Amino acid sequence: MDNQILLHRITAQFPDAVLESVEFRGDLSLTVRPDRYLEVARFLRDDPGLRYTFLENLCGVDYLGRVPRFEVVAHLVSMLHLHRVCLKVGAPEEHPHVPSLTPLFPTANYQEREAFDLLGIVFDGHPALARILMPDDWIGHPQRKDHPLVEEEVAFTFNQERIYAHKPFAKE
Amino acid sequence: MTNTLHVPTPQEITGPAIAGKTETMVLNMGPHHPSTHGVLRLVLELDGEVVVNVAPDVGYLHTGIEKTMESKTYQKAVVLTDRMDYLAPLSNNLCYALAVEKLLGVEIPERVQVIRVLLVELQRIASHLVWLGTHALDLAAMSVFLYAFREREQILDIFELVSGARMMTSYIRIGGLAYDVPADFLPTVDALLRIMPERIDEYEALLTGNPLWLERTVGVGVIDAEAAIAYGLTGANLRASGVPYDVRKAMPYSGYETYDFEIPVGKNGDIYDRYRVRMAEMRQSVKIARQAWERLRALGPGPHMTLDRKVAPPPKSEITHSMEALIHHFKLWTEGFKPPRGDAYVSIESPRGILGCYVVSDGSPRPWRVHFRAPSFINLQALPHMAKGRLVADLVALIASLDPVLGEVDR
Repeated sequence: MDNQILLHRITAQFPDAVLESVEFRGDLSLTVRPDRYLEVARFLRDDPGLRYTFLENLCGVDYLGRVPRFEVVAHLVSMLHLHRVCLKVGAPEEHPHVPSLTPLFPTANYQEREAFDLLGIVFDGHPALARILMPDDWIGHPQRKDHPLVEEEVAFTFNQERIYAHKPFAKE
Repeated sequence: MTNTLHVPTPQEITGPAIAGKTETMVLNMGPHHPSTHGVLRLVLELDGEVVVNVAPDVGYLHTGIEKTMESKTYQKAVVLTDRMDYLAPLSNNLCYALAVEKLLGVEIPERVQVIRVLLVELQRIASHLVWLGTHALDLAAMSVFLYAFREREQILDIFELVSGARMMTSYIRIGGLAYDVPADFLPTVDALLRIMPERIDEYEALLTGNPLWLERTVGVGVIDAEAAIAYGLTGANLRASGVPYDVRKAMPYSGYETYDFEIPVGKNGDIYDRYRVRMAEMRQSVKIARQAWERLRALGPGPHMTLDRKVAPPPKSEITHSMEALIHHFKLWTEGFKPPRGDAYVSIESPRGILGCYVVSDGSPRPWRVHFRAPSFINLQALPHMAKGRLVADLVALIASLDPVLGEVDR
């Protein structure tokens, strides 16, 4: 499958869905409108000539200072054509909601939970959007660029009590 | 099909929805349990000894590696990749290096590519040996564990020879290798490759036709090809279900298209098939490593880094008499290099499946975002699907057959 042929097929099927297409180092990435994201993914998965049935990677990126601030990146692979395409969808800072790919690709489950946990991107339609890597009572999303970072003093027996007195522990 | 597949959360099992039930019991397995291969917690819903539902709970080893990488220069972040999948550090080094090299657009000398292939194939054997040993140990076969670790030691000796470290090698760097291989590298690898085939025969003689082994593995934890793809299973777990997908063949990197090897495929997608596929993979890795060994011998000495001075520091010998070389050296180690704006994604076939690396550059010497598609993290999602209706003892065999490394799950 050639990048240009694929791009042509998608734009022919969804004339208004692709906001931007970039070819960098031989890889095609398409930024799609959030409301057409699921349709494009379903088309890529189900079209007999495409069959991008394998969701290889899904992650979020925080572009602090840019509009829209967040971006969800999904890499779909066609085992038939041995080709990979990258779908990107933006999410605004004040309302970071993106449709969930889990109903289409169950493998997105953990990856979307990870993006929710670490970046605070909410995936609408996810069956169980809960924190996955951080403790359940963690406040904030640590992979955001503006999450406060603290340098922690190394605890030894002589200073352990002083450090633990101020250290936030996950509640039991 | 895919609409009905679901990965439950611990809250779903322990939550009020099923609190009224009296027939089933909720049991915690892990996070500290010898058979969960690290700090993996499983919330089990049991009907007697039968697993009604199981929810993996991860995050007990979260190290924040992806976040930490954002504060390091590209080259200095390599050491962090070792610590994710500590049973395959070289594969992690390679994946990250390839992603950044793609971003930079640098050419890598052929000799470096051959050494990389040779080492990651040895790494695959070493990693599979740990899987084999611990898998057999989980099913109470002690001697295989001892034999497997005997050969793994030999492979770690080779890593120590080239990098000075046995596990956290950080040997594959962006643009090439940390140093050149020493003079006794080729004979040492040769000695290993000579004994490996008969040693693999030995393991197979102990297990492949063993009635107890067959009893515990055949027909257990079956996952069909469609569900395996839907859950994103990769590596031997996917190929055991009959899907012949291997990145080394599908989207070759580091010159894999020039090596002669086959992709072992299973039929039933049960534990036994996953075992057979991994055993066959070890034999294929020996075959690839032998080809790389011969190429390396034919190529003779050469550079261990790309010649692009914007990425690789100049040789030490140049620094003593060239001011430009000294400046380049200084700039590279204080400031680092600046890849162009953009993003790159590379995936490789690690011992556990498809390991992917997504790097975003904002044009500065530090990565804006690095994300790893960790195969163990994603493979783990298929566990509930495979385990439902089986016994707890089968669950132990199932976890081992998926071969998760928790350092990689949590990153």
